[in-house]
Amino acid sequence: MRSITLIFTVLWGCLAMAQQTPAGPQTQAITIEGATAHLGNGEVIENSLLMFSAGKLTYVGSADNEIARQGKVIDASGKHVYPGFIAPAKSLGLIEINAVRATNDQDEIGDLIPHVRSLIAYNAESQVVESMRPNGVLIGQTTPLGGTISGTSSIVQFDAWNWEDAAIKVDDGIHLHWPNSFRRGRWWLGEDPAYKPNKEYQKEVDEIKAFMANSVAYGRAKPEANNPAFAAMQGVLDGSKKAYVYANLEREIIDAVTTLKGAGVQHVVVVGGYDTHKITDFIKKHEVAVLVQRTHSLPAREDDDYDMPYKLPKLLADAGVLVGLQNAGASNFQTRNLPFYAGQVVGQGMDKEAALQLITGNTAEILGISNDYGTLEVGKSATLFVSEGDALDMRGNQLTHAFIDGREISLETHQTELWKRYMEKFEGK
Amino acid sequence: MKMRLLALALFLCGGLLFSQDYFPENEGVKSKNNNYWAFTNAKIYVTPTQVVENGTLLIKGGKVIQVGNSVSIPKNAIVEDLKGMAIYPSFIEVFSSFGVEKPKRAQGGGRSAQYGPSREGFYWNDHIMPENNAIEKFKYDSKKAGTLRKAGFGVVNTHIADGIARGTGALVALNDRGTEGERVLEDESAQYFSFTKSVASRQSYPTSLMGGTALMRQVYHDVKWYESGNMETKDRSLEALIANKNLPQIFAAGDNGNVLRADKIGDQFGVPYVILGGGDEYEHIDAVQNANTTLILPINFPKAYDVSDPYAASYVNLAEMRHWNMAPSNPKLVSDKGIRFALTTHDLKSASDFMGMLAKALERGLSKQKALEALTTVPANILGKSNEIGSLQKGRYANFLITSGDVFDKNTTVYENWVQGQKYELADKNVKDVRGNYDLKVAGTTYTMGITGKTTSPSVEIKQDSVKLKSKLSYKDGWVNLSFSTDEGSKNYMMKGLITASDNINGRLILPNGKESSFMAIKTGDFEEKEKKEAMAMEAPKLMQVTYPNIGYGNKNLPQAQDWLFKNATVWTGTEKLENTDVLVKNGKISKVGQGLSAGGATQIDATGKHLTAGVIDEHSHVAGISINEAGQNSSAEVRMTDVLDPKDINIYRNLGGGVTTFQLLHGSANPIGGQSAIIKLKWGEDAEGLQFPDMPKFIKFALGENVKQSNWNSYSRFPQTRMGVEQVMVNYFQRAKEYDAKKKSGQPYRVDEDLEAVAEILNGERYISCHSYVQSEINMLMKVADKFGFKVNTFTHILEGYKVADKMAEHGAGGSTFSDWWAYKYEVKDAIPYNAAIMAKEGVVVAINSDDREMSRRLNQEAGKTMKYGGMSEIEAWKTVTLNPAKLLHIDHRVGSIKTGMDADLVLWSDHPMSVYARAEKTIIEGAVYFDLEKDKAQREAIRKERAELTQMMLNAKAGGAKTQKPKQRSKRNFECHTL
Repeated sequence: MRSITLIFTVLWGCLAMAQQTPAGPQTQAITIEGATAHLGNGEVIENSLLMFSAGKLTYVGSADNEIARQGKVIDASGKHVYPGFIAPAKSLGLIEINAVRATNDQDEIGDLIPHVRSLIAYNAESQVVESMRPNGVLIGQTTPLGGTISGTSSIVQFDAWNWEDAAIKVDDGIHLHWPNSFRRGRWWLGEDPAYKPNKEYQKEVDEIKAFMANSVAYGRAKPEANNPAFAAMQGVLDGSKKAYVYANLEREIIDAVTTLKGAGVQHVVVVGGYDTHKITDFIKKHEVAVLVQRTHSLPAREDDDYDMPYKLPKLLADAGVLVGLQNAGASNFQTRNLPFYAGQVVGQGMDKEAALQLITGNTAEILGISNDYGTLEVGKSATLFVSEGDALDMRGNQLTHAFIDGREISLETHQTELWKRYMEKFEGK
Repeated sequence: MKMRLLALALFLCGGLLFSQDYFPENEGVKSKNNNYWAFTNAKIYVTPTQVVENGTLLIKGGKVIQVGNSVSIPKNAIVEDLKGMAIYPSFIEVFSSFGVEKPKRAQGGGRSAQYGPSREGFYWNDHIMPENNAIEKFKYDSKKAGTLRKAGFGVVNTHIADGIARGTGALVALNDRGTEGERVLEDESAQYFSFTKSVASRQSYPTSLMGGTALMRQVYHDVKWYESGNMETKDRSLEALIANKNLPQIFAAGDNGNVLRADKIGDQFGVPYVILGGGDEYEHIDAVQNANTTLILPINFPKAYDVSDPYAASYVNLAEMRHWNMAPSNPKLVSDKGIRFALTTHDLKSASDFMGMLAKALERGLSKQKALEALTTVPANILGKSNEIGSLQKGRYANFLITSGDVFDKNTTVYENWVQGQKYELADKNVKDVRGNYDLKVAGTTYTMGITGKTTSPSVEIKQDSVKLKSKLSYKDGWVNLSFSTDEGSKNYMMKGLITASDNINGRLILPNGKESSFMAIKTGDFEEKEKKEAMAMEAPKLMQVTYPNIGYGNKNLPQAQDWLFKNATVWTGTEKLENTDVLVKNGKISKVGQGLSAGGATQIDATGKHLTAGVIDEHSHVAGISINEAGQNSSAEVRMTDVLDPKDINIYRNLGGGVTTFQLLHGSANPIGGQSAIIKLKWGEDAEGLQFPDMPKFIKFALGENVKQSNWNSYSRFPQTRMGVEQVMVNYFQRAKEYDAKKKSGQPYRVDEDLEAVAEILNGERYISCHSYVQSEINMLMKVADKFGFKVNTFTHILEGYKVADKMAEHGAGGSTFSDWWAYKYEVKDAIPYNAAIMAKEGVVVAINSDDREMSRRLNQEAGKTMKYGGMSEIEAWKTVTLNPAKLLHIDHRVGSIKTGMDADLVLWSDHPMSVYARAEKTIIEGAVYFDLEKDKAQREAIRKERAELTQMMLNAKAGGAKTQKPKQRSKRNFECHTL
């Protein structure tokens, strides 16, 4: 322990900055040998061999294969390699400290504002974003919050100088918060805090329908005057963007999917989807993917199974639904627990490699970045990390190396620096 | 002139005006009516148990003169023959705000709270208003009086339904024709209390139920102090309390355990409260019985939920469905336990719903005698007025009902409600029964006519050669109005006639052409009451079984301790990990730990491949609290979490599912000095008493930083607003507590101050602090304050910058109970790091990982695992952070937190390494009893599904049968965290 601390202390000396400096482009081929490679597509290779250069994987296979090792070789025997974890539907980089209003750039005023773009507010130097990396979370969908249509998200990688070089996929989708058919009384106004049917529900749904109809009509002709909101919807109508619709109850999910599909939206992703396990046939029929709420949450209803949130991803996967995990409802700092949300499902009987897909391969497919990210396959981006142990378990998630597009990134953070500074203080006394 | 007309009217209808002899009369000459009224041949309920058949009731001047079978009727008596009818004492409403306008809600003030009182010369808290008297605000409401009389009531006890101490009530007869001088029977009839603050004052304290409870206690202490002449200033509130001491004391408690809360206060101060219940007493009926108190029961039984929309129906919890099913049985179940109770219209939308609700209670088996007592003798007795009201014995007020029969029978008509000898007619008891079959002769044609329905509101059917005609009938004051049409509505015949001595009807007829003629209806047969349809007689609904607690996943029977032998487990003792080891549990304790143990009579469990640990302990939880923060003062040391335990919180069960067996329910962090903790064992199903840790160590919550400074919301008026001020609050309280304690110990008389009592206990080493804290400066400050006053800060909780002062904490002897990895949610946690626990532990601080979150606590085992990731703690040290270390911090490590001979058998059997994200708690055991079991849980799910289905069917049937329904809704607990107000 002392020697490790010593090494860290030396390292810390050169890194005493507010943020870690982004790594430069990969200049030299890298080989990782001997690890158990979890590919993120359900497959696992014991004693694996991975090679990548210029940011792309050039070899993924067994270390028994006697081919030439290229470039720098990392001996990862006894360790594990994973594709970088992907955090969807999160306002990472849009807010730093929840209680400090001045740091809040996640929620613009207005109800239907798809034209509001998160990317340009994304803080590539956020300490919260930085703290994702030592846990293996290397990619995120930076997502605006609030209102009915909160705006347009973008997909970013977590080692960048600014939002421009952070961007993996610009303006990838709009985020629509479907109205709640049940609503809690506003207790702070003296109302009964119980959940009651929302009398305005259909009216709110009709407003969305009207907005969709207007967007469709707007797209049919060359507009006389630009309408930024309708214009921003064209991507979801022509299939170049995805529609992420946040809905949890059976009725809301059915209303949301039917409305969007009916309006011609091509790619619909349900976010939340607490009741989706009851309507898997409907979900599959409409070719809808589901980004389930973090497993570390409470059952929605008093009579629900105590482990309902733990097992929901498994119920969906077993039924053949494409499912990923998000933690939209939690504070941003919690996103570093993404691997453990996936690990939780294993306790419910899901295969470990299938659980891994919930935060890698499946998520990449749902977000539309699977050509480059989410799995360890030749030709894809070398966005991956090495962990001492099982990265889905708290005890094993100990990163030794991490790469984004082949660039070896720092695993230090504001937090590790404070740790080392105070360890040094106490050990030096 | 008006007055005389009224007098005339009253004379004509037979009333007796009270005489007010000494009032001058200038609108005529003085006259007095000394006649009697005699009601003969009636079945008279003199009291609910004394019933006279064919008796006579003799009244005069508003009072009962005589009652019985051998009453001699004076010559100057007006005699009414009530053959076939019954007389009951009219009912008494003991809990009402009749005629008293509810005070208006205080306006304005912005978002900053008002901490001080808005009055002078009264108690320091605006919500204590015993000096109020309902009589001063009382304005007789004849409209409401009419509704109440219709429901059978003759006397009402009213009060100002506002505030915690509400002052006195007034007893009023519902006699529209009397003057205030006559109908107000008692100006100060009872004194009222509640747990709810006044709407008329914005004074902040109390903001919570536990604050209200503590305030009531402090008031009684202050009464005692004032009575002994020790207060230098005048306090009209305390004077009023002293003056009202001998009145009946009525506490408006309500549901959710509040009956027991009120009773506890009463017991402590020797006040025998009569307590307004909430209708859910059946859920913990034994505890209510043991309270040995008189109850006032509302009967506002819930309507069935409209579950015809399955999506909406899924929002209704089983608990609510079951309450719908069981609530109407509450009066019977209360009655069966021999608990004395009165019934009230309180909570009902209108008194007119009362008899309908009561009918439901009677259907469920409440005896008619008990119901009558609950409406007459019991309320009279509560009010100490048995000599005046509640029965028809000689000398009582002539307040009685004349009915067609059993007053509680649905088909009975209440004809008259007499109040103070004044007759109020509700239905004509002399109405002639017009029902029957007739030949109706109109303009040379004979039609057949049948009159059916109720005597007082009959309906008609007229046929011409078996063709039904459109027809209408009304019957009032002996006159029949009749009309029908022929030729498809083109010809209308209108008639009005009287009933002749031979039961025929004849009178004027207007023909369709406008000519006048006459008609005759000749009676051909009597009305025959059809046998009631069997279907109409609702089958007695199936009564669901109460569970402990009475919600989904509640236990049908409380878990009992069993002897267990766990074979071949990996046993985490707390200090080491033993492979292939057996653990024997006997009588709720760990009996032996070793290899090759024999079971004896114990149930053997093969734990091969599994892990057995002590139950998880959470140092910082807000599960099972009805309220969390008392934010009304900067110190609320007087409030107790034990006063607001919620044994029905489903999160107790969910936490058992995560292997948690003990937690500290802490007050929130709204103020520098918070409230007294409760340490709970998660004995799901036990009541508030049963949940508490045996010989519970005394703890109190303190808090520092942004929450107590109110930094993150718009409140700028309460001291302190800075960390500088926080120190001053602390020092000031400790200094005053020191002085208080010195005075107390010196034997001098002193004013009991519950706030300072608790703080003095800290100084005396009898109470430990768990202090919410974040940044190093404030942590250091509190340790220095403690050093100055000679005590130790037991625990810093959250303590996210503990790592910066870990050496100082170790030196002081403070423990640290922290989050595993929380940060970035507010400015003061900017430097919070997940390595905190590891650094503190390394410096020798006893470190626990806590949750402050009902979701996180149910996987606190995983949070412990994070200390291995962040900072590399060994697995033994890591596991201690959620078992042995919190046990040490809570001073309960002699019973829990490790597996050793003699320790409580609070155990968890895990499917995997206990700190693995993959591990599931398969069995959670407390003191040898299984409180959670994966297999049992599966059975529970199935049972819930079945019971929901059964109740859903019952509700759908109720709706189909015409019962009123309510929209589905889900009762919801607010999500309490540290900062929740």
